[in-house]
Amino acid sequence: MSIALYRVDDRLIHGQVVVGWGQPLDASFIVLVDDTVRASDWEQDLYRMGVPPHIEVIFASVDEALRRLPEWEAERRVGILLTGDLDTMAALARGSNRVGKVNVGGIHHRQGRSERLRYVYLTDAEAATLRAIAARGVDVTAQDVPTARAVPVGEFT
Amino acid sequence: MSELRGVIISHAALAQALVSAVGAITGVDGALLAVSNDGCDSGALSARITEAVGAGPAVLFVDLPGGSCLTSAVRLAKGKADLGVVTGVNLAMLLDFVFHRDVTPAEAARRAADAGGKAIRVPAA
Repeated sequence: MSIALYRVDDRLIHGQVVVGWGQPLDASFIVLVDDTVRASDWEQDLYRMGVPPHIEVIFASVDEALRRLPEWEAERRVGILLTGDLDTMAALARGSNRVGKVNVGGIHHRQGRSERLRYVYLTDAEAATLRAIAARGVDVTAQDVPTARAVPVGEFT
Repeated sequence: MSELRGVIISHAALAQALVSAVGAITGVDGALLAVSNDGCDSGALSARITEAVGAGPAVLFVDLPGGSCLTSAVRLAKGKADLGVVTGVNLAMLLDFVFHRDVTPAEAARRAADAGGKAIRVPAA
């Protein structure tokens, strides 16, 4: 089944991912792509705490993710790939043609960002990054949970 | 030792509801503060928790044993003896906590976990 969800969420592994998406997708593995977390055993232990034992958690740097995407896409199991920021997802989309859809699941308020949706705040540069990902033929939508409407990128950037 | 403060960190409005319930049952005010992760990235949530903790000491009561509330709480408490963390917050552990705040944060966290766990039962119907 491969990776069913490519998600940008600044909270990384949390309830909406594990329960909200993980249950309906019947996800068996989560790939967390983050250079900082990849370098910290302590942070990895922390994120593993939120995941039930039947779901494997794989921590990868951006370079590792680009190398291993074909392997994960060939998996018989269903997986979720997470990044905590748009630049990381943009790097994956630029470096691989495997990323066909991007789900913006949660980018929260910070100085310089403006509200685009209840759970999406972006700077103008971040909005441009999303449009650039979409311009590569990637289907970019915002959707926090599966029961919500998938909002096309043109409606919030 | 100064009395501990409890900071409840939760999704949505759960933390505030627990603070209200403890106040209604015990009449004790000021022992607990509520922090919601609504609308927060990890930086904003950490700032809210830090403000609620103040000068400490405190026990951080987190709703789930994983997720943004826990990661922010553990990051803040890492290496600090004046902060304890316990997950799976429930009303029973908070009721016990507000009357037993003259111990260290680590002791209070262990006691809270014990009190909360004992309250989970399957009574005969």
